[in-house]
Amino acid sequence: MARSYQDVLAGARERIPEIQVSELAELLESEDAPLVIDVREQDEWDEGHIPDARHVPRGFLESRIAGIADELDAPIVINCAGGARSLLAGVSLDEMGFRNVKSLAGGFSRWKQDGHDYTVPSTLTPDQRARYSRHVRIPEVGEEGQLKLLDSKVLLIGAGGLGSPSAYYLAAAGVGTIGLVDDDVVDASNLQRQIIHSNDRVGALKAESARQTIEGLNPDVSVKVHPFRVDQTNVLELMNEYDLVVDGADNFPTRYLLNDAALMTRTPLVHASILRFEGHASVFHPYEGPCYRCLFPEPPPPDMAPACGEAGVLGVLCGVMGSIQANEAIKMLLGMGDTLAGRLLIYDALSMSFNELRIRRDPECPACSDGAKLEFRDYEAWCAGERGHAEAPVSA
Amino acid sequence: MSLVRIPPVLRQAVGGEREVEVPGSTVAEVLDNLYDAHPAVKAQLQSEDGELHRFVNVYLNDEDVRMLSWLDTPVSDRDRILILPAMAGG
Ligand SMILES: [Zn+2]
Repeated sequence: MARSYQDVLAGARERIPEIQVSELAELLESEDAPLVIDVREQDEWDEGHIPDARHVPRGFLESRIAGIADELDAPIVINCAGGARSLLAGVSLDEMGFRNVKSLAGGFSRWKQDGHDYTVPSTLTPDQRARYSRHVRIPEVGEEGQLKLLDSKVLLIGAGGLGSPSAYYLAAAGVGTIGLVDDDVVDASNLQRQIIHSNDRVGALKAESARQTIEGLNPDVSVKVHPFRVDQTNVLELMNEYDLVVDGADNFPTRYLLNDAALMTRTPLVHASILRFEGHASVFHPYEGPCYRCLFPEPPPPDMAPACGEAGVLGVLCGVMGSIQANEAIKMLLGMGDTLAGRLLIYDALSMSFNELRIRRDPECPACSDGAKLEFRDYEAWCAGERGHAEAPVSA
Repeated sequence: MSLVRIPPVLRQAVGGEREVEVPGSTVAEVLDNLYDAHPAVKAQLQSEDGELHRFVNVYLNDEDVRMLSWLDTPVSDRDRILILPAMAGG
């Protein structure tokens, strides 16, 4: 015998307890605030929703719930517009094993009617919704995460081997503001790995060339070109304008400068470096995790530290390591997952192996320890190695 | 025998090898045996007074030996030792 909609709803009401608007409002103020899941459609959500509610349209509830609620006994309140869809959604979660699910009686309409606060979300445009749909579909990202990316500002030091892929992916991901620091011009010998540039831009400023590529890829991104070398007179002002810095520099003086400036401005630093077939990557979170100088207190002398120009680098290695930097940057901007903070990732492209080393904050670190006197120094002279060392040149 | 991983900048000094097997029951012994077998490495890792350069990190498995017992850190058979100078390329 067919069951009518009313029958189904009555059955759901027997299984799923309802919660009143006033009770939910009180709970949300308390320490036992439940997770509120709004199962309405996008256009309904866009007109306003309960603050802190998560939006999962009814049709995606079962597939996306795992990314949103991971414990079966976590308290969950579902709301829709009037309290019917939320009951049916509750039955679904109940069947999936969630044991503490309630449905908001009267839904968002009653919430609003009773004069409770609600949030009108800033939303993606229809074009953005299409462009970023593969992000939005990831439960951990969603529209909220995508909006966060669009609102984020990332500074890239170097638009070269590492900066090319990281800028490319950050731009594609919709990071709203990308700053590019590079005073160099595109050379034909760059094109084997610096994929953001092209043949017709040989001779052009790298930062400018990268801007053109990014603007062609994604009109949502505002690119700020900083066509100079980062130094102690400009680094602090520059860093203060951005949420995080991706270090794709090609020399030690800049890397040590960036580390000190990141500590001074408390800006997270996403690190990578490359040579031949080998890449290193980590994340330096000022004063929360180790810094670059906890890892390498002093730069090696020049003969122990050949640049890629002398020693060579596999082009695709830049793609792997720059993409890892973009990945870490996006996770930090979204506040999800575990970053490489406290770990040094070593990638060996020849053996195709990833190794991890533990790095800890050094209580004696000359830059970030409690007793450290953090100030800029003459990085060029320091890295040029005014120390005695044996000569053992490396051939390219 | 422990397995010592050689970074790109030192490979020429060990005849192009990426990993070499070296005997020794402490980090110091392993390094000494490495120098005996490949004298060119010594100059790049040590200063003239025999101290390991500050710009060279040595890891036993995944831990910095500075956090363990430095050069006295015991090394067991099949441990992995990694020599890690900083790289700047980008
Ligand atoms: Zn430090």
